[in-house]
Amino acid sequence: MSDTVTMEVLRYRPEEETEPTYESFEVPVQPEWMILDGLNHIKDQLDGSLSYRWACRMGVCGSCGMLVNGRPVLTCATYMESLLPGPIRVEPLRGFPVIRDLVGDITDFMGKLAAVKPYIVREEEKPVEEGEYLQTPEELAEYKQYSMCINCMLCYSACPIYRIEPDFIGPAAIALAQRYNLDSRDEGAQERMDVLSQHAGIWGCTLVGECSEVCPKDVDPAGAIQRYKVSATVDFFKSVLMPWRKE
Amino acid sequence: MNPDYRPYHPKWFRRRVPIFWWLRQAAYVKFISRELTCLLVAYVAILLLVFVAAVDRGEASYLALVGWLSQPMVVAFHVAVLLGTLFHTVTWLNLAPMALVVKVGGRRVPARAILLGHYFAWVACTIAVAWALVGP
Amino acid sequence: MDTRVHDVLLVGGGGAGLRAAIAVAETNPGLSVAVVSKVYPMRSHTVSAEGGAAAVVRDEDSLEAHAYDTISGGDWLCDQDAVEAFVREATREMVQLEHWGCPWSRQPDGRIATRPFGGMKIERTWYAADKTGFHMLHALFQTTLRYPPIKRYDEFFVTRLLVDDGRCQGVVALEVATGKVQALLAKAVILCSGGGGKVFPFTTNANIKTGDGMAMAYQSGAPLKDMEFVQYHPTGLPFTGILITEAARAEGGWLLNKDGYRYLQDYDLGTPSPTPVKRSMELGPRDRLSQAFVAESKAGRAIPTPYGDVVHLDVRHLGEAVIDKKIPFVRELCLKYQKLDPVKEMIPVRPVVHYMMGGVATDLDGATPVAGLFAAGEVACVSINGANRLGSNSLTELLVFGARAGRAAARFAGAQPDPSSALVAQAADEERRLHRDFLGRTDGTERVADIRSEMQQAMEAGAGIYRDEESIQVAATKVAALRQRFRRVALQDSSRTFNTELVSALELSNLLDLAEVILASAAARRESRGAHQRTDFPERDDEGFLAHTMARQGEDGRPRIEFDPVTITTWPPGERVYGR
Repeated sequence: MSDTVTMEVLRYRPEEETEPTYESFEVPVQPEWMILDGLNHIKDQLDGSLSYRWACRMGVCGSCGMLVNGRPVLTCATYMESLLPGPIRVEPLRGFPVIRDLVGDITDFMGKLAAVKPYIVREEEKPVEEGEYLQTPEELAEYKQYSMCINCMLCYSACPIYRIEPDFIGPAAIALAQRYNLDSRDEGAQERMDVLSQHAGIWGCTLVGECSEVCPKDVDPAGAIQRYKVSATVDFFKSVLMPWRKE
Repeated sequence: MNPDYRPYHPKWFRRRVPIFWWLRQAAYVKFISRELTCLLVAYVAILLLVFVAAVDRGEASYLALVGWLSQPMVVAFHVAVLLGTLFHTVTWLNLAPMALVVKVGGRRVPARAILLGHYFAWVACTIAVAWALVGP
Repeated sequence: MDTRVHDVLLVGGGGAGLRAAIAVAETNPGLSVAVVSKVYPMRSHTVSAEGGAAAVVRDEDSLEAHAYDTISGGDWLCDQDAVEAFVREATREMVQLEHWGCPWSRQPDGRIATRPFGGMKIERTWYAADKTGFHMLHALFQTTLRYPPIKRYDEFFVTRLLVDDGRCQGVVALEVATGKVQALLAKAVILCSGGGGKVFPFTTNANIKTGDGMAMAYQSGAPLKDMEFVQYHPTGLPFTGILITEAARAEGGWLLNKDGYRYLQDYDLGTPSPTPVKRSMELGPRDRLSQAFVAESKAGRAIPTPYGDVVHLDVRHLGEAVIDKKIPFVRELCLKYQKLDPVKEMIPVRPVVHYMMGGVATDLDGATPVAGLFAAGEVACVSINGANRLGSNSLTELLVFGARAGRAAARFAGAQPDPSSALVAQAADEERRLHRDFLGRTDGTERVADIRSEMQQAMEAGAGIYRDEESIQVAATKVAALRQRFRRVALQDSSRTFNTELVSALELSNLLDLAEVILASAAARRESRGAHQRTDFPERDDEGFLAHTMARQGEDGRPRIEFDPVTITTWPPGERVYGR
């Protein structure tokens, strides 16, 4: 095993340059080290000006997603050892404008997330004094998988549609919409359908499937979108064949 | 120094998407191949219509079409079409469990069973068509 | 100077901040409320909480029982009026969060499921598998999207509070992406910025937990209360410090020394039984378990590793089905970060800095002694946690006191005049200071990472699980020297755009303040209580120290410690009894 590895890190300093460049650093490899530990080594010991985001270092806050050797990963959960002998190329996630170095701008996602109404919508809310809504473990299991999304943006980075059609609502936001649609406490499916049945919604997806491949939490956004398509289609035919049926 | 930089208004860098973006990763190549081979499915459907039209116009017309189809180059082309449509069918059927959530007795039917169901239906249809064409 | 005006500002977008923001919006929908956070809300450290949140829900449980567990767990340093308010409102808050979509784990009939937890006599810990904090944070964040008055300043680092005429009227914030410094004025400010575990080298805390709110409140004249009480969680993974939730023990996990012996039975924590017994053995309180580890390690009965001694947490006997259902995240974390499967292998664990019981002193409504300044969550000290917090009380705390602070701040803001224009001048001064001390200076020699690392080592050595006069003084001398060196800090990054080195330097400055206060408070408390164990004063001393330490910044910049009485309503100080 080699003692050090070369990390080729994308640098972009908008005050100084108009195009990104790659900078190489020699970084020691330890068995416990993740890519993020390598970046921290660079920042603390070699070049304090390297910029990237990180927080929890346990794969749940969703901050540290980057492109490592071309694949979107959580850098806190990717061993350096697994990529030896290197070089290891680290870039910001594809699909997002680069603010600086390894930091991408996710403002677009934040807007799309809000647009799909990712919260419980009810005609009438039960007073808190009357206690919880009952929900059996089976009903919980219906949507649990989709509630595991940490908003790490790896799925957007893996999605070619999002890059080509920036209006596409995208995997995580649709999966989260589906998370609420499938929640037995929610009554907002129709409101969300108005947003999601547009061209930039579910029908924008051509099922590349890579979003589900790169998802670190097994949310399966591609599955969520396809299920949504099926139910949208069934709804459409029901409304054509049975126009008397209540909306 | 970047001459275009205005204080507090840095320009985010946006990467252009290259035309051949899909060549960069095996999964993308497979995806594009799956999408493009749908054209072959359309071609087969048109070919079927051409057959029907030829039969309608009489025996000479039908034989001319069969004659054309028997040329080595055309046969080779249709072998390629067959492989392409098979690829399309298999990759397409493999996606079925993702979209279909079937429940039996409150339990979700496993993906493998849904997949097997689709393949079984495919084989059954093929046999039925073959039986209709070739006879018992 | 770019200036924005709101009615109520939240500093911090974690659980407490988001709960408070909703409370403001619901109390008075006409108010403009803004959440200012140095990270996107869903990155906040609430996301890492695992085990659960406590609230009385079972028939055999009672508010008195929850209060008693909390107060005895806190070694009688809790303010009992605060605890009473806390247990009274806990259930309502938890049901409210259920209505907002939090995917709580359920019983077969659809009602909320509960699990036992350390130091709790009755099962009252609600949980969402073992990602409770994650689900709570996302449910809260997504619910805030329902409220149009709630505006967000994502990735804005607050560098100081704006106080004029004795009243807090806003903050100065650095927009990290552009480097622009802005004055955000408001009639009330609520600090919800969490604790500062990063004062220590080995912590479960995220990199962002740098005590910014505590330090800024302290600099603005608000006292920091009980800062010597730092909780070590007994079960963290070596090297990473990743938390293995108490739920692993609540579901039946055992702590074993190198001989495979359940050593807690030797530390007055009860007798071992195959299934978990509440308030006993592995379900004792965190302070006692971490202290037992130190004794075991000193006696040579721990297992040495390159990252310090460990003991084993054994969950193998629970079986794969229970592990996957009840503690799937434990398995995920072990597989990913420790390369072992807890279904088949024992988990190496050691105590790790987890939580600060102390914080900005507040009343029951989150109000600090500085008018217009409120605080809730880990940044605050109400105090319900006393000398040792019980597991699963902190998630509930951020809901109860986040909501209380939000409502109180909304009422306060409704009755205030517009912020004074004198504040903009203060904000301009702050912008000049940032340039003078950091971005524009060329004569610096010291590196942020070096000072931070030396501070962390000094704190671990001087104010760890056990302390004494000498260790505290050594650390204090070191931290004072580091403070001097920090004046000569040099940044390699002089750009404005997303300058994370500048943010790290500002965070380090806050951490140094916290380190000073922790050491000064620890020196002043010449007794042992809960998480504060002085080897030179090994006994609890209710005569002398049944009191809160209150640290205020003196004229010379150094902390001055005074003592405030503890509020006792119903439960006189008694012996902490576990396992018998």
